[in-house]
Amino acid sequence: MTKLPLPGSNWKSLLLPFIGLVFVFGLFTALIAAFEPDNLGSFLSSRNAKTIITQTVIVGIGALGMTMVITSGGIDLSAGSQIALASVVCAMTLNAFADGDPATIGTFGMIVATLAAMATGAVTGAFNGGVSCFLKIPPFIVTLGTMMIARGAAEGIAKQSQVRTPSNTLQTFMERNPDPEWMIFAPGVWITIVLLVIVAVTMRYTVLGRYIYALGSNESTARLCGVPVTRYRILIYTLCGTLLGISGVMSYAFLSSGDPTTAVAKELDIIAAVVIGGGSLSGGQGSPIGSIAGALIMTLLVSGCSMLNVPDYSQKIIIGFIIIGAVAVDTWKTRRQAS
Amino acid sequence: MVEGVATLPQPRPLLRLKAIAKAFGPVKALRGVSLDVFPGQVHALIGENGAGKSTLMKVLSGAHDPDVGTVELDGQPLVLANPSSARQAGIAMIYQELTLAPHLTVEENITLGLERSRFGLVQSQSGKVAEALDLLGREDIAPGQKVQSLTIARQQVVEIARAIVSDARIVIMDEPTSSLSEEDKQALFRVIRNLREKGMAVIYISHFLDEIDEIADRYTVLRDGESVGEGMVAESTIESLVEQMIGRKLKDMYPRPSHELGKVVATARDIGGRPLPQGVGFELREGEILGVFGLVGAGRTELARCLFGLDEVQAGTLELRGDAPLNLSDIHPVQALRCSLDYLSENRKDEGLAQNLSIRDNITLSAIRKTSRCGFLKLREEDGTAAKWVDKLGVRCSSAGQPVRALSGGNQQKVAIARMLHHDSQILIMDEPTRGIDVGSKHEIYELIHDLAAQGKSILVISSYLPELTGICHTLAVMHRGARSEVRAVDTWSDREVIRFATTGKTTGSAA
Repeated sequence: MTKLPLPGSNWKSLLLPFIGLVFVFGLFTALIAAFEPDNLGSFLSSRNAKTIITQTVIVGIGALGMTMVITSGGIDLSAGSQIALASVVCAMTLNAFADGDPATIGTFGMIVATLAAMATGAVTGAFNGGVSCFLKIPPFIVTLGTMMIARGAAEGIAKQSQVRTPSNTLQTFMERNPDPEWMIFAPGVWITIVLLVIVAVTMRYTVLGRYIYALGSNESTARLCGVPVTRYRILIYTLCGTLLGISGVMSYAFLSSGDPTTAVAKELDIIAAVVIGGGSLSGGQGSPIGSIAGALIMTLLVSGCSMLNVPDYSQKIIIGFIIIGAVAVDTWKTRRQAS
Repeated sequence: MVEGVATLPQPRPLLRLKAIAKAFGPVKALRGVSLDVFPGQVHALIGENGAGKSTLMKVLSGAHDPDVGTVELDGQPLVLANPSSARQAGIAMIYQELTLAPHLTVEENITLGLERSRFGLVQSQSGKVAEALDLLGREDIAPGQKVQSLTIARQQVVEIARAIVSDARIVIMDEPTSSLSEEDKQALFRVIRNLREKGMAVIYISHFLDEIDEIADRYTVLRDGESVGEGMVAESTIESLVEQMIGRKLKDMYPRPSHELGKVVATARDIGGRPLPQGVGFELREGEILGVFGLVGAGRTELARCLFGLDEVQAGTLELRGDAPLNLSDIHPVQALRCSLDYLSENRKDEGLAQNLSIRDNITLSAIRKTSRCGFLKLREEDGTAAKWVDKLGVRCSSAGQPVRALSGGNQQKVAIARMLHHDSQILIMDEPTRGIDVGSKHEIYELIHDLAAQGKSILVISSYLPELTGICHTLAVMHRGARSEVRAVDTWSDREVIRFATTGKTTGSAA
């Protein structure tokens, strides 16, 4: 039996984001060597590699959820706000479990806090999917609304300030040099890898995954073939929200506090990561591993730019152009397929 | 400039293609096509799907560059580097999907891209527009009307008028009647005859040989990327055209049913949609092929979509195998499939198939439970299933992993049918099962429908092509404005009666 290619994932399209990653890395190495040779050593250091990988976690986990949504033909603009809301919920739940003097938080409290953050994301995601399906509003508009709603909710419950917590193990999840040392990478990185495997397996080897591709490729066909379209759309947004909830926990771990103002415009980084990774905004195409590569490219860009002493505002401009460029390539690909 | 040309062949062709070849990687789409198009003639281009018609048209419209061969216009070599060079050379394409701007008026659409302005203000060219519409014999279309308020047939005329205003000399029409009713078709033919009289050349691509018999002067037959026959339509028979197209003798296009019908398996009552159909019901027996004929707007597709829960249903019930009747207003494709119903969409491109998914994924989509366990796909089994159906139905493809969009119409339809067969429902609704596919595949699909009926499936075939219904069905019903005629054995219908009911809602001329 000849093995058939899986939907949207022939190895060539899989390889492309990694070639991009190597290219961006090479480009920055050359640029830094040329303009800021003093920084070359630190750019190429394993310490910096670890920093980049650790900083990719928040966008990366979000991109995994976004991959499912975009592949199914949807979009979630509320991702950044959902991360902030989840981080606040995580921090406040932790505070509810704070015990003793000086206060400490037990493992149980941390598990509950994580689950609470995930549940928050799941509810927000279900809201996005449900409103979009039942009121027949394009997800672009619904999630734009949710972007404001979730941000407002985060600010509201956090009383417009950072939610500080007693120190706990969760705060070490995003430490560049983990303890014990044999872990090499922060627990958050390992969690991302596990989630990547889960999402990749889901998209390739499960009925849900097949339905995600089918919905994105042609919703009418999916309906005709007896796919419960509404149920699956809501499920997909809910799963995306759940992953954004985990992203929120990582955001809490990174900042050591729940911050309602964090991850502003992060949805753009996340969407860009998915599109750079081979996802198509017209649906039907997307690859979780590609999205992670895309997320790494985004972090690498930021790191490279700061090593080049490119000011913050220029970084924003560059990232903006990269997003447009990635979408332009996607549009070009789609057009070429159509003809 | 040719003026007042008669319909006789001209000594010099207006457009001449010589030995055009075009390959896409290893696939030779065209391997030597020659075509002479004369002014004042309608030139039919016929061939099975995959014969190379669309590639040839893409060469002519400048979308593809031929590898070998030359194009001559008026004896001068012509290089068609891009679509705009084709337009400048006077070659206009009328596509199946119309390309008008719905919010603009007829005049604005016709002059789009050809606006004349003075001091930055658009000048009216209503004279030119009216002249074009007049020439087409369609003065009834008002230049000030918005295009979105026109029927498809009239929009088509607007497209043709645009070709005239832009001084096109060659108009290419790709399956222009596929979505037209008989009446609109005749109106279009009058328009085409007007173009011919003006001395323009029309290249007419169609699957309907009776249309070609009616409208075309010359024909060229394409087969496997080669031109294999040409001549005057008046000097050939439909039978001979079919033979040239498929390259073999076609004995019997329609296999006759010979098996016995079983008991009633489905009874539909009073199906009412929004707004069509209106209170239609029918009975379907085991092994029966029931044909439903109707012109565009008769509500036949709507009937099928109501049954399958794709359209909103106002009223109606469906009783299956003597079970309690289902209320159709809360049926949904999920349940319909579970109740052993299946629907073959008339619209392969937008609904029937997910074009970017592979053949395999399309085949297994409606019955994914058969190749999965606890939500996990059994990919190996899926591959086997897909390979089996591809082999059984003779789908021409490089592998079952190929995306459906790469296949020709006939092969796509086979994939859609393979999905039905894989799901294995008892009651099959096939909406225009042979639309837009070549004669050879049509025959194969008729035989498939027969085999299915002989196995005891009940099949509802909807079509606007009467010969195929009278050819393959046991029983036939006709629809007119949402209502249906009585259901009778197919032999008891005369073509005249069917057409009369379809156009008037009455079977006899005098009664009622």
